[in-house]
Amino acid sequence: MATLYIDNRPYDVKEGKNLLETCLTLGFDLPYFCWHPAMGSVGACRQCAIKIFKDENDTAGRLVMSCMEPVGKETRISLDHPDAEKFRKSVIEWLMTNHPHDCAVCDEGGSCHLQDMTVMTGHNYRRFEFPKRTYVNQYLGPLINHEMNRCIQCYRCVRFYKDYAGGKDLDVYAAHNHVYFGREKDGILESEFSGNLAEICPTGVFTDKTLKQHYSRKWDFTFAPSVCQHCSLGCNIIAGERYGELRQITSRYNGDVNGYFICDRGRFGYEAANSVDRIYQPALKEENVSLNQEYIINDIAALLSTSNCVGIGSPRASLESNFALQQLVGNGNYYSGWSDEEHRLNKAALNILQNRTAEIVSLKQIEQYDSILILGEDLTNTAPMAALTVRQAVRKKPVENAQQNINLATWHDAALREYIQQRHSDLFILHPHSTKLDEIATQVSYSTPHEIAAKGFTIAAAIDATADQVIDQIATSLLNAQKPLIITGTSLFNEPLLAAAEAIVKALKKRGKQPGIFITQADCNSMGLAMMNVPPLSSAFSKLSDSTLIILETDLYRNLSTEKADEIMNLPKRIIVFDHIKSTTSEKADIKVPVGMFSEADGTIVNNEGRAQRFFQVFVPKNEWLKESWRWLSLLKALKDGKAIDENLSISNIQSTLVEALPQFRGIEDAALSEDFRLNGQKVPRAPHRYSGRTAMLSNENVSEPKPPQDIDSPMSFTMEGYRGIPPSSVTPFFWSPGWNSVQSINKFQIEIGGPLHDGNPGVRLVNSNSSITPIDFEQKTEKISLKEFEWQLVPVYHIFGSEELSAKAPAIAELTPKPYLGLNQYSLAKLNLQENDMATIEHHGRAYQLPVRLRAEINNEVALILFGLPQTAFFVKPVIIKIRPASNGITNNNSKHE
Amino acid sequence: MLAVKEIKFSTEALKKVDEIIARYPESRQKSALLPLLHLAQAEFGWCSTEVMDYVASLLNINPIEVYEVASFYTMYHLKPSGKYVLEVCRTGPCCLVGAEKIINILENKLGVKEGEVTPDGLFSFKGVECLAACGYGPVLQIGPEYTFYENLTEESVDELLTQLRNKN
Ligand code: SF4
Ligand code: SF4
Ligand code: FES
Ligand code: FES
Repeated sequence: MATLYIDNRPYDVKEGKNLLETCLTLGFDLPYFCWHPAMGSVGACRQCAIKIFKDENDTAGRLVMSCMEPVGKETRISLDHPDAEKFRKSVIEWLMTNHPHDCAVCDEGGSCHLQDMTVMTGHNYRRFEFPKRTYVNQYLGPLINHEMNRCIQCYRCVRFYKDYAGGKDLDVYAAHNHVYFGREKDGILESEFSGNLAEICPTGVFTDKTLKQHYSRKWDFTFAPSVCQHCSLGCNIIAGERYGELRQITSRYNGDVNGYFICDRGRFGYEAANSVDRIYQPALKEENVSLNQEYIINDIAALLSTSNCVGIGSPRASLESNFALQQLVGNGNYYSGWSDEEHRLNKAALNILQNRTAEIVSLKQIEQYDSILILGEDLTNTAPMAALTVRQAVRKKPVENAQQNINLATWHDAALREYIQQRHSDLFILHPHSTKLDEIATQVSYSTPHEIAAKGFTIAAAIDATADQVIDQIATSLLNAQKPLIITGTSLFNEPLLAAAEAIVKALKKRGKQPGIFITQADCNSMGLAMMNVPPLSSAFSKLSDSTLIILETDLYRNLSTEKADEIMNLPKRIIVFDHIKSTTSEKADIKVPVGMFSEADGTIVNNEGRAQRFFQVFVPKNEWLKESWRWLSLLKALKDGKAIDENLSISNIQSTLVEALPQFRGIEDAALSEDFRLNGQKVPRAPHRYSGRTAMLSNENVSEPKPPQDIDSPMSFTMEGYRGIPPSSVTPFFWSPGWNSVQSINKFQIEIGGPLHDGNPGVRLVNSNSSITPIDFEQKTEKISLKEFEWQLVPVYHIFGSEELSAKAPAIAELTPKPYLGLNQYSLAKLNLQENDMATIEHHGRAYQLPVRLRAEINNEVALILFGLPQTAFFVKPVIIKIRPASNGITNNNSKHE
Repeated sequence: MLAVKEIKFSTEALKKVDEIIARYPESRQKSALLPLLHLAQAEFGWCSTEVMDYVASLLNINPIEVYEVASFYTMYHLKPSGKYVLEVCRTGPCCLVGAEKIINILENKLGVKEGEVTPDGLFSFKGVECLAACGYGPVLQIGPEYTFYENLTEESVDELLTQLRNKN
């Protein structure tokens, strides 16, 4: 602890931090631009100047940049000193000389850090009368808009894009007052994290291009705290609505999960909610006509009481919805919607967490580990934010060295990067193909999934060996690390991989280490579904014939082969699908019932580390069908049982039944404050207090303002009325604080800058060792798969855009989705006598499919790569052995056999 | 489009390239970027995108890393330039004593704008940052020897241009 005197008042503060973050933590308003809590200080903008004094007798003091100055044992500073104020004012005046006067048409307006800082420093009159510098903007792709004239040269964008996220195609050019931030030429930004530029840039240079299609000012949005639905990590997001439409996703700070950032799939995938593939009206297959709500619900209820019902749950539906279905069809009739392989994989992931051999590592905690082994996971494309955290983790050791050797503080960014250069702590990647993280890895090797698992067991054995001399480089590194971490996942559909990961952490534990484990899965609630402890699809077969099958928010054709899925779809007497988006399954159903997507619903999902997180409804859609599946299913259960319908059934009601029936979920009620919570007797408003047009926006329908909808599920109102202060973290719909309109207002919501939110980061870790969930025995087989002549092992390759079902429906994401291809190495191409872009025919299950081939020089002779999750590659649902042959000349679209 | 000349150093220059790269530690070949750009400019006249890409390939770095550096330093010419490039300081102190006037004079006398080349191929001019001769402004310099011309006036500019013309 140290004492910091600010304008002669003493404060107890931490030593070693810089003065800027310390002042902000203490609640002072001090302007800044180039410093960022996640990226540290470079002293580039000169905006954060303050006066520092040698001792109490020093009255003159000197100006310093607060972001570059550490807190000493006893430091005396002044924020209000006239010299400092004058200096800050002149800095902003100078920054503003070239800044256009275009706030009114700038997308940043109303959530702009530059506006806030200009007001804060009191610069309100422009003396600069000369022409302003102007630039030509670039086309940067469908996600990010570029407007260079607004730049104030803070360098945050390139520091984030290149230094923090490892991007290669954004840079800074020239010098003086004509510096330019952009690509080498027009083109789509390559980084998977480019969307963060919109939040990193303190001005309107980089803005969200998808928001432009349906723009609203920040103050005109209705927001809700939500959780990303596009992979298993559960990054926290803020979702914003205006005019009944989801219009924007931004990151919601969570110090345990995603920190300050989210990936581009998470930020831009939201437009699935507005896509043409949404299901808006119920339909019967035969007539395909819209039906009256009451009629169809009663009809379904009648059906359910007359036939035996089977329910299929979903890894992308909330716990509450899955549970409501289980309640409706009865415990023994509810299945997970997973194939046997996926079922086992996800159970295995859960098992490992439950065993608690290793520390369960949260997304953000990855950064604390100093030797990392990735077993068969292409994080950048399957769990993108984990790739971003791994990039920070590999700096851990060099940063510590810099601290020890030259006493460099962790926030001293420019100096640190200069000192560290290319050095990084150990990262090992074993994967079938090259990945973007390879460039920061100590060692990479490309082999088949089984070989990777076998290598994993070898590493475990090497660690386990009591011999003093461990020869394996990876084993040695993990053993020598302070904190070793194993990252693996389910994306290669290879159970022995998970078993190998478990074996390694066991061995490390035996050798006295405290290893960490991080396992990624496919969907946003995969872990939740695994914890429900229900049998996979295959067990349902015997019950299906003549049944009424209810399928909840899932596409069987993504989890099963077409043959298997067809088989299931043909057995029941009737199939009812509850989903928000069209899929092969929904289009084949007899009855299709629309439900709300995450933005129109309340629910809880469990992320890959077993953290239950609550997402809140953003707005009440006009379409009355768009309600949570759990609401419809609970209603049906009441009808079926002949019970009274509870109009006021809230999420807490269903949660309390849930934890009673499934005690492993005890704790989900604490993932967010309940609907009864009030602050000063008030609800927390979803809309900012400047929200405009409430009366006018609906006047085309009704001149008198309608009563706002009530929220029975949360302590938040759907309007601007309510408590004005900082709300508890789990029900914070947006970040705003007086004078801080931009996203930088997060500072005011944290206990300490960069630390946890006031009253803790939201979310509850559920998995514990004494849970009642049945464990599985791992399959450990790692023998080489024997292939016949002209046979290959088909291995999935993922792409951040396109491989995930929902985000792929967003137009901007669809535009970035790569074309499907078959990846083969030189040897395989030669063997098949194929050139790049030639068509190859894949034979699988007696059918033939054609795809263009692409050279992937790094992969093994036995491996053929295929882009996972695209409609064109939907026949591929798990690793299989396939026959490949060249497609006959000139025929490009023929699925029949020949030769 | 003009016929594209193949961008490749002479054998002699390539030897020089190797020498320069060898000055820096293994895997730090990027450090050789500045001297290589000078070499390339001497050889090819100016740093076109193709030339910069070529330099990138010699150092095994991304082209964008070369653009970033080459655009920062005004001594690299990113546009075709005359035999003599008059680099006029246009930073504050020189502006106060008439740097902009000198630029106007050059425009009039040469009949070209900044970044253009006179039809005889002799001259082009560009504004550059402080040349560290602020006490003697307005200032311009001419490479590759970087001779300084200080306290510029209309007459001295005239004289300088005549002198240079007469040399050819
Ligand atoms: S583009 Fe934005 S982030 Fe980049 S330097 Fe300019 S103002 Fe800063
Ligand atoms: S990493 Fe996953 S959870 Fe996080 S924003 Fe991206 S898709 Fe969403
Ligand atoms: S924030 Fe301190 S110099 Fe920019
Ligand atoms: S300002 Fe012209 S030389 Fe310094």
